[in-house]
Amino acid sequence: MERRDLKDALVRLLGAGEPEVGCDACFAELDRYVELDLAGADADAAVPGLRAHLVGCPACREEYESLRDLVGGEQPG
Amino acid sequence: MSAVGVARVAGVRPEATAPPAHEPSGDSREWLEPLRREGAAREEAVSRLHALLLRAARFEVSRRRRLLPHVRGNDLDDLAHQAADDALVSVLARLDDFRGESRFTTWAYKFALLEAAVKLRRRSWQGREVPLEPESWALVGSTSPAPERQAEESELLRALRDAIETALTPHQRSVLVALALNGVPIDVLAERLSTTRGALYKTLHDARQKLRRELAASGLGPDALLQEGGPGGTA
Repeated sequence: MERRDLKDALVRLLGAGEPEVGCDACFAELDRYVELDLAGADADAAVPGLRAHLVGCPACREEYESLRDLVGGEQPG
Repeated sequence: MSAVGVARVAGVRPEATAPPAHEPSGDSREWLEPLRREGAAREEAVSRLHALLLRAARFEVSRRRRLLPHVRGNDLDDLAHQAADDALVSVLARLDDFRGESRFTTWAYKFALLEAAVKLRRRSWQGREVPLEPESWALVGSTSPAPERQAEESELLRALRDAIETALTPHQRSVLVALALNGVPIDVLAERLSTTRGALYKTLHDARQKLRRELAASGLGPDALLQEGGPGGTA
């Protein structure tokens, strides 16, 4: 087992250990968060607790990554 | 959009997730105005919206198709169409929820991505038993070559296993084990347990908090290990 795998296992079991939003609030804010992220703005400051949720919730993280890549792929340059 | 249930887990100021509405941009207004009308203009806008959602659903299916190696391309495209159809219903029902804080297209895409992702996860677990008992402990072990460090990690893992056995309620334990140890997707477990994704995540969050408290009470904590070399599992 790689060290990274041990860390990943602990994150899955224990989460980020920080205040976080739930799945519903994550979904509600995801579009704003992704656009701020892609614009290079401080998305984490604008939407506190969302990054910690993405660490602890693989499903929301997958949906964040998909939206980021879909929208990011449409942006010029 | 029934897959998501609980609004907020813990510790975040209400204003952090409910900022004031913005005036929609010109692009967004070009979507919203015909969708709120009646007649041919609305029909045309709904058709354009469906095409947009289908594009997003196909994007998600394409990304995740490795989850379903045995499913034929036509069936995957049917799944993308179903996701786009369901997302269209959700978007049209929630037009008044759009606050103009992103482009309308970004807001709409997330519905299609969610619907497609949930359908893919559920299809990939169709007919499979959902394991609620630990199957993967053998895969979680110390990795350090240094004996002292190895002993610390082993002690932490042993304390964690004990806390899972003794500190959690049976429901918390089953949910934590299924999601965090056995890798069951949260949407799949929600469907099998007839609950919502948000409710399950709340249970998972409460279980994690309990485990962290138990570890801290034993003088143990994972933070030093987790912070080493950057965060693990970040998006």
